[in-house]
Amino acid sequence: MTTSSSQPNEGKPRDATYWAQPVSRLKVSGVPSEAINLNVDGRRVMSPLQGFGQMWQKNYRIRLAGTKSIPAEVIKTWKENFQKFWPPGNRFYAPLTSISPGEVAVLNLSGPGGIKLSTGIMVIYADDESFTFMTPEGHMFSGWITFSAHTEDSHTVAQAQVLIRANDPLYEIAFRMGGSRQEDQFWVQTLTSLAAHFGAEGEVEMQATCVDPKLQWSQAKNIWHNAAIRTVLNTPVRLARSLFRRNAINTR
Amino acid sequence: MLQAKVITNVRKMSDKASIVDIHGEVNAAAENSLMSAFNQASASHARAVVLNFRGLEYMNSSGIGLLVTLLIRANRQGQKVMATGLSDHYRQIFELTRLNEAIHIYDTEAQALAAANAM
Repeated sequence: MTTSSSQPNEGKPRDATYWAQPVSRLKVSGVPSEAINLNVDGRRVMSPLQGFGQMWQKNYRIRLAGTKSIPAEVIKTWKENFQKFWPPGNRFYAPLTSISPGEVAVLNLSGPGGIKLSTGIMVIYADDESFTFMTPEGHMFSGWITFSAHTEDSHTVAQAQVLIRANDPLYEIAFRMGGSRQEDQFWVQTLTSLAAHFGAEGEVEMQATCVDPKLQWSQAKNIWHNAAIRTVLNTPVRLARSLFRRNAINTR
Repeated sequence: MLQAKVITNVRKMSDKASIVDIHGEVNAAAENSLMSAFNQASASHARAVVLNFRGLEYMNSSGIGLLVTLLIRANRQGQKVMATGLSDHYRQIFELTRLNEAIHIYDTEAQALAAANAM
């Protein structure tokens, strides 16, 4: 048996600059006035271990056939134009300093029936060939999504990989009743747009694995932070504020 | 494709605990090596598997994902996963990703083994 109290890895590790520093609560700043900025400030980040629903790992990948761009170029473009590749109706309010470790972004997502959902993400990891977002309390999912690019058979392959659980019972029901398929379509569209940007066409390959079929009932309380419910409940307040602002401008 | 740059070594310490020494890089390419070491450590029905990160040189977010899937497998088998040998930097990553809430971290192997044997 080996026992030692000396500090391991005394030199600075190679990945040190790629990781964000731990935060107890998220702090968001520099969000444009048109954004619905709810459910991010003060929230804790959630790993797949803190969620409620079944744990899923899903890989979406597309071969960028014909492009000469190397993985680092693809990731640089992806980081700089993240919003551009998203399906219409969804907004990613990028951090001012681009996608780098520790930055927090606000998301305004389209839900069924035109409902808007405000939530966010924190960039927990970013290097030249990948970057990872972690979700906050109230987001549909608790977990991580990693965007990466690599070379395979002399082609660049772009990939999005999620490791998630639905955050609460309501989201789990939604996930099983079409939310999962909607999530798949979201990333298929994103990867297709990314490929089109590089002049590549191709099919997005998808692979889904249920890592943990169990529900974590101890996390059912996460529903308290449910961003969909909170955004809907906040709608009258936002409308009143907007009317008040408009009236104030008109009376000047 | 990424090439695995990780070496794992399994040590059976008692009927209750095995240690997996991890040297090198923990990223997506480390999956086979890490899972095979975990299976080996679990083969003797150890109730606790201690991951020794003293030789860890690099870890990315895919590596953290691997640890989560390993943890889920252990939970399913009724095993505990413990960690030791983490530098301040990797402790911070465990804190950031909230892995420290599910994997108990010990300063030394001796402390981890004492906890495992007391189970």
